[in-house]
This record gives sequence, C-alpha cells and structure tokens, in this order.
Amino acid sequence: MSSKSPGLPKTGGSGSLRRALKFLGLVLIGAFLVQSMLAVQFSPVVFAQGLPDLVNLVGRMFPPSLEVVPDVALASLETLQMAVVGTIIAALLSVPLAFLAAQNIAPSAILYHVSRSIIIFTRAIPDLIFALIFVAAVGLGPFPGTLALAISSIGMLGKLYAEAIEEIDFGQVEALRSTGSHPLQTLAFGVVPQVTPAIIGMTLYRWDINIRNSVVLGLVGAGGIGFQLLTSMRLFQYPEVLTIIIFVFVIILAVERVSSSIRERLI
Amino acid sequence: MLKSERKGESVTELLEVQKLSKVYPNGTRALSEVSFSVTPGEFAVIVGRSGAGKSTLMRCINRLAESTSGEVLLEGGSVTGLSNNDLRRARKKMGFVFQQFNLVKRISALQNVLCGRMVDMPVLTSCFRRFSKQERQVALECLERVGLGDKAAQRADTLSGGQQQRVAIARALAQRPSMILADEPVASLDPESAKVVMDTLRSLANEEGYAVLCNLHQVNLADRYADRILGIREGELVLDGKKGDLGSAEIESVYGAEAQEALR
Ligand SMILES: Nc1ncnc2c1ncn2[C@@H]1O[C@H](COP(=O)(O)OP(=O)(O)OP(=O)(O)O)[C@@H](O)[C@H]1O
Ligand SMILES: [Mg+2]
Repeated sequence: MSSKSPGLPKTGGSGSLRRALKFLGLVLIGAFLVQSMLAVQFSPVVFAQGLPDLVNLVGRMFPPSLEVVPDVALASLETLQMAVVGTIIAALLSVPLAFLAAQNIAPSAILYHVSRSIIIFTRAIPDLIFALIFVAAVGLGPFPGTLALAISSIGMLGKLYAEAIEEIDFGQVEALRSTGSHPLQTLAFGVVPQVTPAIIGMTLYRWDINIRNSVVLGLVGAGGIGFQLLTSMRLFQYPEVLTIIIFVFVIILAVERVSSSIRERLI
Repeated sequence: MLKSERKGESVTELLEVQKLSKVYPNGTRALSEVSFSVTPGEFAVIVGRSGAGKSTLMRCINRLAESTSGEVLLEGGSVTGLSNNDLRRARKKMGFVFQQFNLVKRISALQNVLCGRMVDMPVLTSCFRRFSKQERQVALECLERVGLGDKAAQRADTLSGGQQQRVAIARALAQRPSMILADEPVASLDPESAKVVMDTLRSLANEEGYAVLCNLHQVNLADRYADRILGIREGELVLDGKKGDLGSAEIESVYGAEAQEALR
C-alpha cells in the first residue's frame, strides 16, 4: 500500500504525510457525498409538493377491483411457479458446481477455477439484466423470467453450498477414504449427509427471495404478477393495482411462513 | 471365516515399514527414517508424546498422508507407489480406527458398517444406499462381533462414544482387512468404554489373527495390552521391544523429561 521504499526507516516526516493524506481523503469523500445529493436532485421541497398527488393516487386505488381477482390469482400462481421452477433449476446446477468449487474436496484445480468463475460471474450480474436479455432473446412471458431467476440464483446458491461443503467435518471423508471407497462413494457418504440440511435450508431461502424477484422481473415483461402490475399501471387502472399489491403481499408472507417452518424442522 | 481366509498366506511380515520419512509442506519433519515390521496376530502399540509423529506414521501407512521418502510394504507388496483402484484395494486391507470415531452421523450403525464394504460394491447403487441382503448380513455379523447387533438400526450419532468406536471397529472389520490401524482409539473415551474397546482390539489380534497397530499415549495402557511396544520421539523410532522390556530407562528414552507424567 505505502509508497515508501522498503529499506527506509520510519521518520517523523512520513507520519505527518500520512495524516495529511487521511485528511485529503476525508475531504474528497465529503465532497463526493454533497455532489451525489445534487446529482440525484434530492429535494425535500419536491417531495412535499408531490405528497398531495401521492395521497390522491392512493385514494383512487380504493376500493380494490374484485373483477380482476381471477386474473390476478392466475398471475400469482404463475409467479409462484416461476420461482419454484427457477429455484429448482438453479439448485440442480449449483450442487455439482459447488462440489467442484469447494476447496477441501475439489477434484481438480482447473475445474475449481472454472466453477468459481461461473459462480462469481452469475453473482455479479443482477437478475434484472438477465431478464432483459432473455426477454429480448425469447420474447415476453414467464419463460425468460424463470431463466433469469435460475441463472442469477446460481451465484448465491453455488457460493453458499460451497461454503457449507468447506465447513464439513473432514474426518468422515477420511474415514470413507480409509475403507478404500470410490471417490463417488466418499462423496455420497462422507460429504452429502453432512451438507443436505444446509443445502435444503439455503434453497428454501433462495425460493423466498425469488418470489420477490419474480415480481420485479415481471415489470420488464418476464411474466407473472409483475407483468400484470405493469399493464394495470400503464392503463391507470388503480383499483386493479391495489388488488395486485394485496396479492403480492399475501404471497410473500405465505411463502416466508412456509419456507421458515420447513427450515426450522430441518434444524 | 475371516481367519481362514488369511491362513493360506505364508508371509511372516504382514506390514513392513522401511525408512519412512515425512516432511510437511511447512517444513516440519514429522518422521525420520522409521523402520519396523508387524506380523499377523501381533498387537503392536506405538507410544510417544504429543507431536512425536504417531498419527503421521499411521496416516502415511494407509496413505491418508503422503510420505516424503521410504516405503511401506503390505503382504510383500508396495503400498507407496499405488494409485487409484490399486490404492483403494490396499486400503481395504488396512482397517483404520480414528480417535474421533468418524462415523457418518446421520445414518444408521449398520449403514456405517456397510461403508467398510464399499470397495466390492457397485459404485452407483451403493451411493443410493441400495445394499444387497448378503452385504447387510456381513455387516450385521461385524456389528455382532463387537457386541452391537441390537443397535444396527440406530442412528450413529445417538450412540455413546464407546459404542460409536465399536461401530467404527466393525466398519474396519467389514473391510475383511488383514490388519487394523488404530490412532488413539480410546483417547476420547471414559475408562470403562476404553477397556471394552481395548479388549476388543486385543482379541482381534490374539484370537483372530489380525495384526493390530495402535497408537496410545498412556504408557500404562500400552503396558497392559501390547505384545510389542514401539516408541517414537520427535519422528524417530527410539524403542522397539517386547512388552516386558519397558523399564524406566526405556520410558525416559521415549518421553524424556516428561517420563514421570506419562506413567501416571
Ligand atoms: N498437516 C500438518 N501440517 C504441518 N505439520 C503437521 C501436520 N500434521 C502434523 N504436523 C506436525 O507433525 C508433527 C507430528 O504430528 P502428529 O500429529 O503425527 O503427532 P502425534 O504423535 O500424533 O501427536 P498427538 O499425540 O498429539 O496426536 C507435529 O509437530 C505436528 O505439529
Ligand atoms: Mg495423533
């Protein structure tokens, strides 16, 4: 980090230089924050001026539309299914990746680096970007949304699974090796039983996250209840919007309940 | 049955360790030119203080750790140069018993013992825990041999420490090995369980003809059970004698200044 040449003894001069640099750094960060507020046009006045419109908008949402309930229910089901299928695909792809990317059991250095790279890459790109790309590639609908959820979940699941594998009690692996077991048998008995509860728990957790994400993905045309929300907003059908928001709220709470109760039972 | 299988062979030295050395990547010299051999039916105990290299020696014999130089011969064949399937076959002949038992916690005692038979099973079906009736029968007999036939269906992590270690011995027996390597098998057990485990190991050697090589750090246990005592100090074999030979001078050669402590 420091620009001093390694052989030089420390002097009083370099201490005060460091203090000066620290001060300069603080000034720069402060300036950047002020500039950022200006750049995003942060203004309490504008917010206050918009408040009546906001109240008005919420007022126009009431009462929620009952007519669209069947449509919204179907779209909710689609959202739920996108999240389930996307999460399962992600889990199926992440498990083998994680076994290759866990330092303690990785069978080869090349495969280790390749699978680490895939995990890092899919983590680095937001799912919304995947969704935009897939919508462009395969058209509107739940399919591109599901693909986006699957690919973007690999980053998180692959990383968490690999960490769970790295934390196992390695003695059980050695015990299997000492019997002369095949590497696959060693994996199946020395590793898999130790990581199964963690893998199931993390997958449920990701499913929970994917429900939320799939609502957002719908806004770019990738199917589900989010797409419905987008349509109603565009047509200024505010009572429909409220119905949709209520449905989103209920689905998210229900899924959270279900997944946390399953996870509790696993521990 | 296990015994008769091995009787046909007429090799006197079952295990031969020749000038085995091990330097860990961080520079620690854990073993220096250790040589000795073990015959069938012999209960050989390795003693030495903590850090002397006892575990390293065991692990270099079955290649859980790789030695730097020297050779290990089992039934006259080199273990040191083997790889993959040949190494797995060689490991099958040396059951390994760990201080921490190392059972698969979430499966039954019987399934743990079946792990000892993996070498001879079809890989894929065994991974999905499909075991033939015959294999289960052999595993059950091994559990009965250590007195735990009634615990076959119990999950491994619900057994007591002493029972877990006996399941681990049954797992080693299921390999139909010619020798058993035990690395401090009783260090995590209460005295009563320790006695059961040590008695089991001794009868496997003296009554059933297995060679047993066992690490211990308590001299009194070694004295009580061993046919032969090997002493290791700072990676060197400094003692190799019969049970009765263990006088205070010998103990001091192994334990140095801590000799009196070790006797307690
Ligand atoms: N993986 C390793 N990397 C580096 N050094 C190691 C490693 N394992 C063991 N050692 C060192 O090698 C030496 C021998 O260790 P070893 O575990 O074989 O001793 P031990 O006789 O079994 O001791 P204990 O009675 O405590 O189990 C010690 O100095 C230890 O620190
Ligand atoms: Mg040890």
